[in-house]
Amino acid sequence: MKPLIAILLAAASFAYAQTNGAIALRGARIVTVSGAVLDNGTVLLRNGLIEAVGTNLDLPKDAWVIDSHGCTIYPGLIDALSTVGLPETPAASRRETPATPRPGGQDLPVPVEQGPEFRPFTTTWVRAADLLDPTEHRIETTRSAGFTSVVAFPSTGIFAGEGAFLNLSGEKQGRMVVASPVGQYVTFATHGFGTYPGSLMGAIAYVRQLSLDADYYQVALRAYQSHPAGQKRPNYDRAVEGLLESPRLLLPADDAKQIDRMIRFAAELKRPAVLYGGHQAYQIADLVAKSSTPLLINLKWPEKPKDADPDAEETLRTLELRDRAPSSPAALEKAGAHFAFYSGGTPAQDVRKAVKRAIDAGLSESAAVRALTLSAAEIYGVADRVGSIQPGKIANLLIVKGDLFDEKSKIQYIFIDGVKYEPAPEAAPSGARSGRGTPGGEE
Amino acid sequence: MKRCALLLLALPLLGSQAIVIRDATVLTVTKGTFRGSILIRDGKIVEAGEKILVPEGARIIEAAGEYVMPGIIDCHSHIAADSINEGAVAVSSMVGIEDVLNPDDPDIYRALAGGVTTASILHGSANPIGGKCQVIKMRWGKDAQGLIFQGAPPGIKFALGENVKRSGSPGGGFGASPGLRYPASRMGVEDVIREALTEARAYQQEWRDYQAKVDRHEAAIPPRRDLKLEPLVEVLEGKRYVHAHCYRADEILMLLRVSDDFGFEIRTLQHVLEGYKVAKEIAAHGVGASTFSDWWAYKAEAYDAIPYNAAILVRKGVLVSLNSDDAELMRHLNTEAAKAMKYGGLSETEALSLITINPAKQLGIDQRVGSIEPGKDADLTIYDKHPLSNYAKVEKVLIDGELYFDREKDIEERPAREARKKALIDKEKSQEKKDRKKPETADEKKGEEPGGLE
Repeated sequence: MKPLIAILLAAASFAYAQTNGAIALRGARIVTVSGAVLDNGTVLLRNGLIEAVGTNLDLPKDAWVIDSHGCTIYPGLIDALSTVGLPETPAASRRETPATPRPGGQDLPVPVEQGPEFRPFTTTWVRAADLLDPTEHRIETTRSAGFTSVVAFPSTGIFAGEGAFLNLSGEKQGRMVVASPVGQYVTFATHGFGTYPGSLMGAIAYVRQLSLDADYYQVALRAYQSHPAGQKRPNYDRAVEGLLESPRLLLPADDAKQIDRMIRFAAELKRPAVLYGGHQAYQIADLVAKSSTPLLINLKWPEKPKDADPDAEETLRTLELRDRAPSSPAALEKAGAHFAFYSGGTPAQDVRKAVKRAIDAGLSESAAVRALTLSAAEIYGVADRVGSIQPGKIANLLIVKGDLFDEKSKIQYIFIDGVKYEPAPEAAPSGARSGRGTPGGEE
Repeated sequence: MKRCALLLLALPLLGSQAIVIRDATVLTVTKGTFRGSILIRDGKIVEAGEKILVPEGARIIEAAGEYVMPGIIDCHSHIAADSINEGAVAVSSMVGIEDVLNPDDPDIYRALAGGVTTASILHGSANPIGGKCQVIKMRWGKDAQGLIFQGAPPGIKFALGENVKRSGSPGGGFGASPGLRYPASRMGVEDVIREALTEARAYQQEWRDYQAKVDRHEAAIPPRRDLKLEPLVEVLEGKRYVHAHCYRADEILMLLRVSDDFGFEIRTLQHVLEGYKVAKEIAAHGVGASTFSDWWAYKAEAYDAIPYNAAILVRKGVLVSLNSDDAELMRHLNTEAAKAMKYGGLSETEALSLITINPAKQLGIDQRVGSIEPGKDADLTIYDKHPLSNYAKVEKVLIDGELYFDREKDIEERPAREARKKALIDKEKSQEKKDRKKPETADEKKGEEPGGLE
């Protein structure tokens, strides 16, 4: 028992005392996102929720008042596509491997089963919420950069698995999950001539087939369940089950032709979809807006390859993409498209810098904040509980001394589920550290 | 504002304004050759003749001394797609080029510069039954949907011989696949095709039974849709053209027998380098042949190829086209056609047919393209010299009456493109310099504000 307690203490050590009473953050500039920006406003938190927000609040007597003059309060940032909180080597995808060695000692792989129920690179049923590890080391660094939440997905395979909307409180697994499943992560990872699908068109055809199989499964099951007697029982299929319980598909779409392709593909599948990538969206923003398909934009902007041959000539197209990728969010804002941001491998502490590049390329600051907060919540269908500073929503807040996108501004603290965290000291290595607060009094 | 101005320049070509190509040598391919003009309206050829009335306000393309021919049609190409081979399975009919069209492929523009306006983009040749094809027009600058030749009949790739069986051998062939994939012999290839078509027949029957039940108002649930078998049912029902990659005479005859047994038609034999050996049989089956001019000996099954193949097949009554199968060769198909005059003595018109009206017929689009005739799409290539000359250069290419390639304009625009490129490179370099300086200042600040966030 002792080691367990030690781990729990360590993990929770950054949390300040959470009184069962109220916490009032007073005198701050409040960027509510869902409403107007309030100068000299107050946010009142109770029981992990936002109880009130305004400029003239009557504070209850029991409220613990934190003077926040000179600070700006934002809704907690959301990384809209991440693996934070999940073990770094997720369960390998279930690629069928030969069960028995071949006779004669030859080490040749057995041809892969290609029948109708062949489900290569598919783990639709794997849930991020189940893989979640509260001690995962990136939770703290991500939180310290202002993120109160991430949308984490298993990431291996064509159908990688079901994502979960997580609060980065790093305490108990069950408390961290805000919503699950929130989507199915699809990639077009292929493996050459080794096994089907070995090409992009093969992967697309496979996704299409599984989607059709899911439709068929529902029809067959319904028919069977209405009259089981005398009927052949349909097979249970976990791959299809996982797809059916996912409320939306996440489809890869980085350049303009992929975005165009995936918008049409999603329409064909007749399943709600969210695209991710979006670096060349500047070229095709109107189409994205017209399709009303949400787009998650990767904040890891394309860079010149570090080990590129200095004499190799790059094409105008490549140069233009690198130059203009950060203008994609601005173009989407102008077109009225629905978009949010994800870190895409950018270290959490560099995310604000990456967003700043989009702002420098024309994105309004308010749209930038929205893309990091409420838009992500809306895309995943959880805007009723997170994403803005509004009474009744979960108390996920980010308090910055100064302005979020000013390089010099410091993050003061973060509230997650009403629990206060301070950012880890910058130079400190990640991992559990002794904190200044007492463990949260949750439950 | 700048964008507006550009748009206005482009509009006259798009609108219903008439275009006249004036005073050229017109190689209609189907209606003879004459010195005259072509009137285009709404993307279609309205009139072509020695004397035509030029409507008021028509845009004139002066072509005195130049040659106009129908845009070249390539019956076998692999450009403009993000993937070509789905190689791990012997039957990959579930995949299709349409899903992965890449409108950004510069080979589209290069093909235009070689006078090509239409091509059939085929799946690779790693499988006895490959993926679905897509006929496209070289509408450079449009999106993927904009490339598609609307109304062209659907097709599918079959493949015989070495590529197919080598894909199944350990350590050999494509990608040196580690797994053994059946088939590994020509016998196996035939078996895979027969097996797949037999499966397709059963699937077809399943749907027929279901439809019969529905017609009798009986309760029934529709069969599971199988994306692999659906296109094969279309083949059996004659709704999807088979374009079969083949080399040797024996395998050609094998495939003709299979098609007889299953009651469908092979639309074209592709490559068909030993076609001259079985030209009579091919002609009797009414099957088209799409071959190379003089490309051979690049593998064992291509040793018996001869440059007279196209001409012999033509003389035996086979519908023949010359294809590229290659982004480079695609740019000089006119020269390839000319070789059929040297080897086998085809006439000028016969030679030009090999890259225009014949491939159009093979792809089932000859009502729309392949010759200069009133009512057809205004897909035209203008050369400075006779296109069957080695010295001919493409001056302009129109598709649906729109100018997609203009040699003069291309040359004019090059300095601006280079300047733009240089500006971007310089911008990046100066940014790199700035970034390199930055860490110092950041360190200074850190001194003032310990623990400050970057």
